[in-house]
Amino acid sequence: MPPVNIEKIKNDEIKRQNDFCCRIFVCASTGCISSQSMEAIDALEEAVKSHDLENEIEIVPTGCMGLCARGPLVRVEVAGQKPVLYETVDPMFARLVVSEHIRPALAKSVKDYAFKLPDFLKNRTVPLDIDFFAQQQKVVLANAGDIDPESIEAYIARDGYKALEKILLNMSPEQIIEQIEKSGLRGRGGGGFPVAKKWTFARQSQAEYKYVICNGDEGDPGAYMDRSILEADPHAVLEGVLIAAYATGAQEGIFYIRAEYPLAIERMKKAIRQAKRNKLLGKNILGTEFSFDCQIRLGAGAFVCGEETALIASIEGRRGTPRPRPPYPSVKGVWDMPTCLNNVETLANVPSILRNGGDWFAQWGTGSSKGTKVFALTGKVINSGLIEIPMGLSLREVVEKIGGGSSTAKEIKAVQTGGPSGGVIKREDLDLPVCYDRFQQAGSIMGSGGMIVMDQDDSMVDIASFYLGFTVDESCGKCAPCRIGGKQLLDLLEKISQGKGTKKDIESIKLLCEAMRSASLCGLGQTAPNPVVSTLTYFENEYLEKINSEVCK
Amino acid sequence: MINLKINNIDVRVPEGATILEAANKAGLWIPTLCKHPDLGPTAACGICVVKIKGAKNMVRACASPAEEGMEVTTHDPELVRVRRTTLEMILSNHPNECLTCARNGTCELQDLAEEFSVRERLLPPIVPDISTDDSTRTIVLDPRKCIKCGRCVTVCQQKQDVWALSFLERGLETRIAPAGDIGLGDSPCIRCGQCSAHCPVGAIYEYDETARIWEALQYPKKYCVVQIAPAVRVSLGEAFGREPGENLTGQIYSALRRMGFDAVFDTNFGADVTIMEEAAEFVERIKQGNGSLPLITTCCPSWVDFMEKYHSDMMEHFSSCKSPHAIIGTLSKTYYADKMGLDPKDVFTVSIMPCTSKKYEITRSSSMFASGLQDVDVSITTREFSRMVRQDGLIIEQLNADEKPDSILGEYSGAGTIFGASGGVMEAALRTAQYQITGDENAELEFKEIRGLQGVKVMETKVGDKNIRVAVAHGLGNVETVLNEVRAALRQGQESPYHFVEVMACPGGCVGGGGQAWKVDNKIREKRIEGLYRDDRKQRIRRSYQNTSIRRLYEDFLNEPLSAKAKELLHTSYTARPQYQR
Repeated sequence: MPPVNIEKIKNDEIKRQNDFCCRIFVCASTGCISSQSMEAIDALEEAVKSHDLENEIEIVPTGCMGLCARGPLVRVEVAGQKPVLYETVDPMFARLVVSEHIRPALAKSVKDYAFKLPDFLKNRTVPLDIDFFAQQQKVVLANAGDIDPESIEAYIARDGYKALEKILLNMSPEQIIEQIEKSGLRGRGGGGFPVAKKWTFARQSQAEYKYVICNGDEGDPGAYMDRSILEADPHAVLEGVLIAAYATGAQEGIFYIRAEYPLAIERMKKAIRQAKRNKLLGKNILGTEFSFDCQIRLGAGAFVCGEETALIASIEGRRGTPRPRPPYPSVKGVWDMPTCLNNVETLANVPSILRNGGDWFAQWGTGSSKGTKVFALTGKVINSGLIEIPMGLSLREVVEKIGGGSSTAKEIKAVQTGGPSGGVIKREDLDLPVCYDRFQQAGSIMGSGGMIVMDQDDSMVDIASFYLGFTVDESCGKCAPCRIGGKQLLDLLEKISQGKGTKKDIESIKLLCEAMRSASLCGLGQTAPNPVVSTLTYFENEYLEKINSEVCK
Repeated sequence: MINLKINNIDVRVPEGATILEAANKAGLWIPTLCKHPDLGPTAACGICVVKIKGAKNMVRACASPAEEGMEVTTHDPELVRVRRTTLEMILSNHPNECLTCARNGTCELQDLAEEFSVRERLLPPIVPDISTDDSTRTIVLDPRKCIKCGRCVTVCQQKQDVWALSFLERGLETRIAPAGDIGLGDSPCIRCGQCSAHCPVGAIYEYDETARIWEALQYPKKYCVVQIAPAVRVSLGEAFGREPGENLTGQIYSALRRMGFDAVFDTNFGADVTIMEEAAEFVERIKQGNGSLPLITTCCPSWVDFMEKYHSDMMEHFSSCKSPHAIIGTLSKTYYADKMGLDPKDVFTVSIMPCTSKKYEITRSSSMFASGLQDVDVSITTREFSRMVRQDGLIIEQLNADEKPDSILGEYSGAGTIFGASGGVMEAALRTAQYQITGDENAELEFKEIRGLQGVKVMETKVGDKNIRVAVAHGLGNVETVLNEVRAALRQGQESPYHFVEVMACPGGCVGGGGQAWKVDNKIREKRIEGLYRDDRKQRIRRSYQNTSIRRLYEDFLNEPLSAKAKELLHTSYTARPQYQR
């Protein structure tokens, strides 16, 4: 059988899309679905039908459009006119959009005619030129909100699988790794390990069989970058996996996705099916010697299974606990075979890098942190949602421009990054550029992309307790420092929070933090004290106030 | 070889050595808690952390390979502080019950607390409230004391291939228990006690039955009979500060008499009987030919239990002969009681074993009641016995090293004593089988290829005109490969690759039994094994059939091996059992 003709699929799909005078993009990611975007889609379909516009209008369910706090989001693109983005679209409003915006706009569809929206519609629009959108730089999320994630044709129309074709036909694995090295791409799951290095190790490991694992076990509270990427553009992740496999010499891929992400799993399943049908998975892909297949494994909800060795244990059907490294997975991974293990966002970056070259990706960023990074911006900001920014942008720009500043009247106190493994960056340091190393120097970490903005009402002791409570819950229990130290630490924080603490407790806290960081077996335990250490460093006064308040009584 | 520097000392170690091993080679001591020499690192405790120059984090010395050019620091104020805090954490999660603990004085956590001079508690206690599990009546699980080092789970799953123990729950709730949170007695547990032998603290220990013995000894009407297993004599001394392998047979007989036992027998004699029966079985099967081979030994009750649960398809290859200790039990209440004119009901039989599983074996099936009564009334471990010696105020040094066992179930041959070491049963059986096949009184005596600690040992030897191929496996994780070779051959209608297979559940055989003196590793096992072979060499009679007490037993009572009476009293049968009882 002849290999699939990607260029033809692309042209056919573009032609098909161009046949519609109007395309309505509706966010169908978990966030918007939970605020009833599927009902909005039903209403739109009904309205389109009742107005007999089925041949003119295409309704496209998409991945995340970013401004999650204001979902469901609907973007209307009428040929020749400026796109219009609506927020909080309910079914009733959806019908009005068809009858009062699209129908008249199409009726007077003259190229230079600017249709004027009636005020009651205009009041629900979000300008597309605001800083929230303008300051972002989309690489990973380039397709999010623009294509139907359940259509391989839509992905191919946006140059999807072009990178795969390019590398399979024209590049050696070494050349691929060279481009990745040039791009400066580092692991986006939190570790920040250089991807080219990891791939090189896996490539150099001699074995009959190798694996690529896509880590979709995102678990930080409040973070949903990977879920959104899987939901918005599963084929990009799959293409990334295929490229990683070719570069490292792997024959099989495993998507490890947490079971709490049913939609992401569904879309990934569909993507794999579609890729198989188009012979982009299986034997002799694109007519080359390269053969590769994929499967999905579900994580049962343990945070620690995001740690690579615990994840591998979980795939193998064992208790999800980490083991000491070395040997690293790139030498001895799943079923003892060399395994290249990358996070969802990392892999989703790969096709763009290979399509446009490593230098293109490295145009953004700082010396040690290149490209872009997706964050889940939440907390006390006006525009909370999913954002992708160039590395090197200052936190102040993120919070004030993209986030639109404090959502309460109160001043911002600090920004928490890195989730339970991270720390707080205080207001005075907001000019810090987004960068792996600078965040670390400031006592936090970049992490996987959680970013929570806090104002004067937020107690730093409580924040530390909250995150520590999470890691104590999620500790696998294997090593003593994490299992016991975490709980002892949490008890001390709660004691202080209740006003029963003493100065000696602060000393005990410091000892416990030191031992947990140094003697825990895996990253979970080693970084679990970070929220405590960081708040204690920058806001020791808040701890002392709680201690002294009791003395005063 | 790899060159590295530890605390500025140059060390050269083979590739694959850990930093811990390298440090030991350099004469440096790094404290450990979860690491056991038998097992790979579980890396659980975090006590052995060290610093490597240029590395971001501290690493575990037990789990980190030494690398060329590495510069390691094992001790500095920060490392000691981190270790101490970690130790404080572990202590806060452990009940302060040293005085009533089975490991009082032999506890590795206690040692560590002493080493770090912990004098006050930094952290408030968080001790779980979980009830103990003594449902096996052989080993007791006290999960409250467990420090989650993972040794027991590793031994049970990886070394023994039993998979009875596992970790349940997570975080601070983590605890050891069989899967499904059932009692150990309902689990696949084979009671080998290797979990307890490897436990650093008092979380797993033998089910103590010494009180029942004291009570029987006090009771005038009871005629108390005791036997000691081969491996006990070379391990008991360890509890009294003596070298592993030191043979205390005479002192043990002496102690038992002072305690008030009416007759002191030796399981080694039972071993000689086992050999007579098993060798006869072997010769019979050799004559029968192909399908009936191999013959597989059954002296080890944990192995029997394991086979009944996991390999019952091999049942027909099992020797039906009872274990030596069960044989002495039966003979005490029949042959001996007859001779002495005792009412068997008054005879109280005690066995001192290296083994926790013997506690299970004594009621395993109806054949353990062959005398019409329970053949062995109580079975205790070496550890329980060492406490009895102390409780009775006996001082090992003051006991008579030359004391002899009582007739008629006491005198043993060298073949009987090597039963306690892996390969010993096979060697002892060959010494007699050769004679039974060829009539040659001076055939080969020592079979060194099947001695030692290698997991599976195979040998081919000529007996008469026949080449006999044997395999010896110990540590149940090593059994499956041997059985699978046999299965594959038999399935294809070929001759079995082995004619005779010996299996012992515990590493090293009974010397490494789950009831032996606390703290064991291969060095200690080797010394105990050597102690037994020394005992063998010392014996004038080294072949079971030449033992005059054995000859008398057959002349006076059993007639001949595999006679109807022998079969009735000294043989047993097997039945497939479910791995989970519920």
